Amino acid sequence: MSEWCICSVFALQKVSIIIVIFACVVCKYIIYLSEVQLNETLAHLKTESETLKSKLEEERAKLHDVELHQVAEKVEGLGQFVMKTRRTLKGHGNKVLCMDWCKDKRRIVSSSQDGKVIVWDAFTTNKEHAVTMPCTWVMACAYAPSGCAVACGGLDNKCSVYPLSLDKNENLAAKKKSVAMHTNYLSACSFTNSDMQILTSSGDGTCALWDVESGQLLQSFHGHAADVLCLDLAPSETGNTFVSGGCDKKANVWDMRSGQCIQSFETHESDINSVRYYPSGDAFASGSDDATCRLYDLRADREVAIYSKESIIFGVSSVDFSLSGRLLFGGYNDYTINVWDVLKGTRVSILFGHENRVSTLRVSPDGTAFCTGSWDHTLRIWA
Amino acid sequence: YYLNYFMEKVIVAMQDPDMGMKMRNQRLLITVIPHAMTGHDIITWLIQKYSICEEEALHLGGMLLKYGYIYPLKEPRSIVLHPDETPYRFQTPYFWTSTRWPASELDYAIYLAKKNIRKQGELMEYEKERYSVLHKRINHTWDFVVMQAREQLRASKQRRKADRIVLECQEQAYWLINRPPVCSILLFYTALVYTCVALCLCLQIETCRRALGRNRVKSSICLEGFVKYSEQYQNHDPIMQGCLPSNPWISDDTAHWTMNAEMVPTPTRLRVECWSFSFMELLKDVMGRKEFMTYLEKEFSGENLCFWQACEDIRHGESSKIAEKVEEVYKNFLAPGAARWVNIDSKTMDKTLEGIKRPHRFVMDDAQMHIYFLMKKDSYPRYLKSDLYKNMLAKAIIPQETKKSVFPFMRRQRHSSPSPAQAAAQATEEDGRGKGAGPAGTNSDV
Repeated sequence: MSEWCICSVFALQKVSIIIVIFACVVCKYIIYLSEVQLNETLAHLKTESETLKSKLEEERAKLHDVELHQVAEKVEGLGQFVMKTRRTLKGHGNKVLCMDWCKDKRRIVSSSQDGKVIVWDAFTTNKEHAVTMPCTWVMACAYAPSGCAVACGGLDNKCSVYPLSLDKNENLAAKKKSVAMHTNYLSACSFTNSDMQILTSSGDGTCALWDVESGQLLQSFHGHAADVLCLDLAPSETGNTFVSGGCDKKANVWDMRSGQCIQSFETHESDINSVRYYPSGDAFASGSDDATCRLYDLRADREVAIYSKESIIFGVSSVDFSLSGRLLFGGYNDYTINVWDVLKGTRVSILFGHENRVSTLRVSPDGTAFCTGSWDHTLRIWA
Repeated sequence: YYLNYFMEKVIVAMQDPDMGMKMRNQRLLITVIPHAMTGHDIITWLIQKYSICEEEALHLGGMLLKYGYIYPLKEPRSIVLHPDETPYRFQTPYFWTSTRWPASELDYAIYLAKKNIRKQGELMEYEKERYSVLHKRINHTWDFVVMQAREQLRASKQRRKADRIVLECQEQAYWLINRPPVCSILLFYTALVYTCVALCLCLQIETCRRALGRNRVKSSICLEGFVKYSEQYQNHDPIMQGCLPSNPWISDDTAHWTMNAEMVPTPTRLRVECWSFSFMELLKDVMGRKEFMTYLEKEFSGENLCFWQACEDIRHGESSKIAEKVEEVYKNFLAPGAARWVNIDSKTMDKTLEGIKRPHRFVMDDAQMHIYFLMKKDSYPRYLKSDLYKNMLAKAIIPQETKKSVFPFMRRQRHSSPSPAQAAAQATEEDGRGKGAGPAGTNSDV
């Protein structure tokens, strides 16, 4: 019945054409007309959607006058890459599912399948805080910009904020604040520019913006046809957009103020597990179960590069750029990390070390290292 | 639903302890059912209470039966009121049609599952049909249905036989009247699915239409942008180019972080260079912003940056403080004759003043954007050419690269740093009590 609720919300919020179609379908039901008529309406909508899509592709193709690797021919190639594990963080009792860096460039928060959320000083490898969530599979965690709180959630369908207390005797769980409420699992969460707002994505197909103080829903984002698995905030000047990727193979760019989907890209062949903005904010990369990473340019409004190799057959779980945007790191389900030259489209290096699939990967805020979390219960810092 | 209201009034009257019907125990096979009445009693009472004739009383009684407020104990499927010794009972209000409309598919499925288990598959033909339709429809929750059915059966076994029979009769009577007709389940579900698909398609069409109207940039220009960006930032990328004096993760030396801390007496050269890459880079850096403010104040346009910062505070701050912050901003920057009046074009000013009457998080957006671009196009380029910036760049340090250790296997001691949470806690404590608290950094395992 929750689908019915979502439908009603849609109808109230969106354009009149939707209200009209909705009313027609409901009226048809009331008059008990045959399935044939319902089919006809849908067929008409489908053809219109297909026609518009192909028209859009045509428009996009018109301005595509050169490929990325052609433009990059004049750029110097990259030499040998030596990156090693510099720290191994052991302490989780089960699969590590998510991690995030603190703005101080050395602390991280990580969450795992056994319900534990741990805050580490990755430099010294000391654990500073630990919280046990009431649910298992904590799939999302995020560090607050101030460094004073962490947010996490997963199978409990909620996103909770824990203020970090330095009193060793204080039970962090006591001060917990439930902020977001979804109707299915929480797949990703992120603070916006301050500690006061959280953006979440969920298995119920929606993303939502929440006010931390009151727990109020500020804006919801509808448009994905299946679970939303990841999101990333744009580093733009006006700071008003974010991108999300889902099981419907689509990556959508949203306006946080209006809740509208402003751009949509559908070129992946399977679930999109991770999306990350290029440092300038003009593009974003995505990693998917189809074993490819792709780069989408927002101004050109199209996919501009595919990072794949025949020898890579396992899906990508997470991606992130180096500080200059020249390198793209991808954590794969075959336990490896592949490093790609973003401009030339070639693979620069492959890193081994984890003993199970890499589930999460983030570059540190100052770009000095990146951290990976894996199903082998550990986190590694690479530099 | 006035009909239900009136009927319920009658039923309540019938059950009145003084003026209502005389109840007695009725024998059903070998069990005694309490609180039952005969059809004859019902008719008699109705005639007496409402001063009506027998025909009318039969009709009224029949209605009460049809709508499920009373039910027969012996022939559950009969909906004709027999004015004889046929026993009837009042339906419990829990099962009144008015309180339970519309009958839930799930409840009906649970009821059928229970019956199926109890009677070991001996359901009526129409019940079998609905059971299989429901099984297909709500297949994903079927485990829940069976589990609930088992639970309810188990709980009912613990009741006294008389109660159990009563409950079964009540339930059966309810579902006889209220069973969702097969075609309506199908059509309802189909309509639901179609609506979802239709809405998804409509949203897609809307997004496509909007996307078609976008201004697109040629690929060559966009892609050239990536090349330029990567080139510009290459020296700043520690993974690509290394960092000075050394990468803390490799050398275990935190000098790099110390030198690039938020407020240092002398910043590094790379950091100051970065401020010239874009206006956003300058504003992102706390020190850069402070320098820019110093410059603006020299030019008597510091209020622009103050205004921008105040707007950021509104946009990203607590919801509860929005109204008061907007008021502050209006007083300080927008009101005629304000102390730090900002120069905004009249159209934006009018729109903003209108919006302030009903303050919300984004009410200052247009004004903030206007001032941001004013600073970006005008003050920022001049700042980069100013002596203030040039001097900063000249005195900025280029750290010496740390020589690799003579003994490469000797690991440096890794020092811990104060947690940001502690810094915040200390700040609030100092404000409150005027004395610091807490040790400097933690080194113990949790």
